[in-house]
Amino acid sequence: MQPLFETEVHAQLRAQARRFAQQEIAPHARSWEEAGEFPRELYRKAAEAGLLGLSFPEHLGGGGGDLALALATSEELLIHGRSVGTVVGLGSLAIALPPLLSLGSEEQQRRFIPPVLAGEKIAALAITEPSGGSDVARLQTRAVRQGDHYVVNGAKTFITSGCRADLLTVAVRTGGEGHGGISLLVVERGTPGFRVSRKLDKMGWWASDTAELSFEDCLVPAANLLGAENSGFLAILQNFATERLMLASQCVAIAQLAYQETVAYARERHAFGKSLTGFQVLRHRLADMATRIAAARALTNEALHRLALGHDVTALAAMAKNTATDMCCEVCDQAVQLHGGYGYMREFLVERLFRDARLYPIGGGTREIMNEIICKLEGY
Amino acid sequence: MKILVPLKRVADPDNANKVKIPAGGATIDTTGLEWKPNPFDEYALEAALRLTENGASPKARQGEVVVVSFGPKDMEPTLRSALATGADRAIRVDAKDDQLDGALVARALKALIEKEKPDYVLMGKQAVDGDSNQVGQMLAQLLGWPQATFAATIQEEAGALLVGREVDGGVLTLRVKGPAIVTVDLRIVAPTSVFSKSTARTFKYNDGVRFAPLPAIMAAKKKPLAEVKLSELTSDTALRVEYVKFEPPPGRQAGVKVKDVGDLVHRLKNDAKVL
Repeated sequence: MQPLFETEVHAQLRAQARRFAQQEIAPHARSWEEAGEFPRELYRKAAEAGLLGLSFPEHLGGGGGDLALALATSEELLIHGRSVGTVVGLGSLAIALPPLLSLGSEEQQRRFIPPVLAGEKIAALAITEPSGGSDVARLQTRAVRQGDHYVVNGAKTFITSGCRADLLTVAVRTGGEGHGGISLLVVERGTPGFRVSRKLDKMGWWASDTAELSFEDCLVPAANLLGAENSGFLAILQNFATERLMLASQCVAIAQLAYQETVAYARERHAFGKSLTGFQVLRHRLADMATRIAAARALTNEALHRLALGHDVTALAAMAKNTATDMCCEVCDQAVQLHGGYGYMREFLVERLFRDARLYPIGGGTREIMNEIICKLEGY
Repeated sequence: MKILVPLKRVADPDNANKVKIPAGGATIDTTGLEWKPNPFDEYALEAALRLTENGASPKARQGEVVVVSFGPKDMEPTLRSALATGADRAIRVDAKDDQLDGALVARALKALIEKEKPDYVLMGKQAVDGDSNQVGQMLAQLLGWPQATFAATIQEEAGALLVGREVDGGVLTLRVKGPAIVTVDLRIVAPTSVFSKSTARTFKYNDGVRFAPLPAIMAAKKKPLAEVKLSELTSDTALRVEYVKFEPPPGRQAGVKVKDVGDLVHRLKNDAKVL
């Protein structure tokens, strides 16, 4: 079924993303996930195929499209590439670069964005700290202006693509307490005093690296400040709203993949003299999976469509994220269950998807924070 | 250089299990099928694009590539996607699939080619639906043009094309001077299969067919896409091929375990009857 609101352009991009995923990702999916890394070369290949930065302006090397186009392609990359870690690693620029677009000067945009969209450099977003993630307004990494530089001290953690990133959009405290004292700085690899302190071992998303970063008297040129001092918080919030829709859409794709794998398995696997789909209790479970996926997709697409129409989708995006992340965890859990013992084995895709899925109710704003946003906007 | 690329849309071979044959087997039910360009024709388009550029700077086009297809209006996305990858113009000959056979397509293409006057016609060696493998050859005969079929490599050299064909004993190289018909095999999209006169012989393409970036997809909407009526190209629209019956391939039988080599040979001889 052609997705609602989608055009011939979406269909063509989907077809190309599918081809790219089948050729360049799927054959290596398992080995990259097991190795905990995919080759850097893939960024350049994805850029050449026009799949990086679809929603960024053309004059900066982007595709000039919107978020819905970017998400349609990422859905294809997930379903046909069969490696969540690889796709989210490739996609870290989609959360790292938007603050540069909203706050950065033309000169900063021209300097930092095109090499990332060409796949030559890797970009990451660094907000969360060891002492807290949800409570962004209380972040502690401090940047003190000294002449032409900021001296940055502090630490960041859970940073997707942080180990290999060439440039990071880093949230720092330049002013007083609370959200009014936060700025965004672009920190480049090789800046004195900046280092990757640890590559973190995670439950899922293995093919994408996740870093702990440390800043010790790190000297960042003042020219790398995005926007005015202490104006970073709003850009961070705006970035979160689209990130939530990205995560919701990833959940729909991951669940769809887990569902497809399970339907294929249930058709082939025989027990008590018939295939698993021959048992009403099991095929109803498949029907429930399909239904929940369709519901989450519908809500995510509504939020995306409203965003394109210019509506405020803050609450809707939070609802879509919670709906999709809950759905994805449940569908992947059922996928493992229907695979029986094989579902617990690393050689089966659903085992990995089950682990990948668990990130989503946490990352990009936890399930609980989403509910707080909804409460606030609903007025209670 | 001007190249004409005939392009056929086919039912997506990845979804072949969705093909339905109504009772009686006289036709194929195409409702619900997803369409995509015939892969060999996509390879021909890629080869045509490579022949009309310097591989190192493909944005500066050095020739004209015209794509043409026979089909109803709803096949236009296939043509627009060819325009997005770099073709300059598209022509749709309005027709339904069941009004066509290879001979009729060849007759109509002949008339179109006489009007368009391309230097070369590049096309897939066959379509993956009917697997007829005949339009290119028929077209060469009708036009009285030289043909080089199953091209695995093409190099432009001294005003002609050197076409490498993989044959049983090795590689056969033909020199064809335009106007000529070249039909291509799948290896034509390997990294060093096609060189225009301006592409350095050390240049390597990405393996396979190129991708169209989003700006090119948007720009393709403004490229010319003309519609021509089949009757404008040929008055003889009679079909030479009649489809008598369609049958799905037989379902796969369960395998058997053989005891030893003797048993295997016995079964190959008597059950499978392949020895």
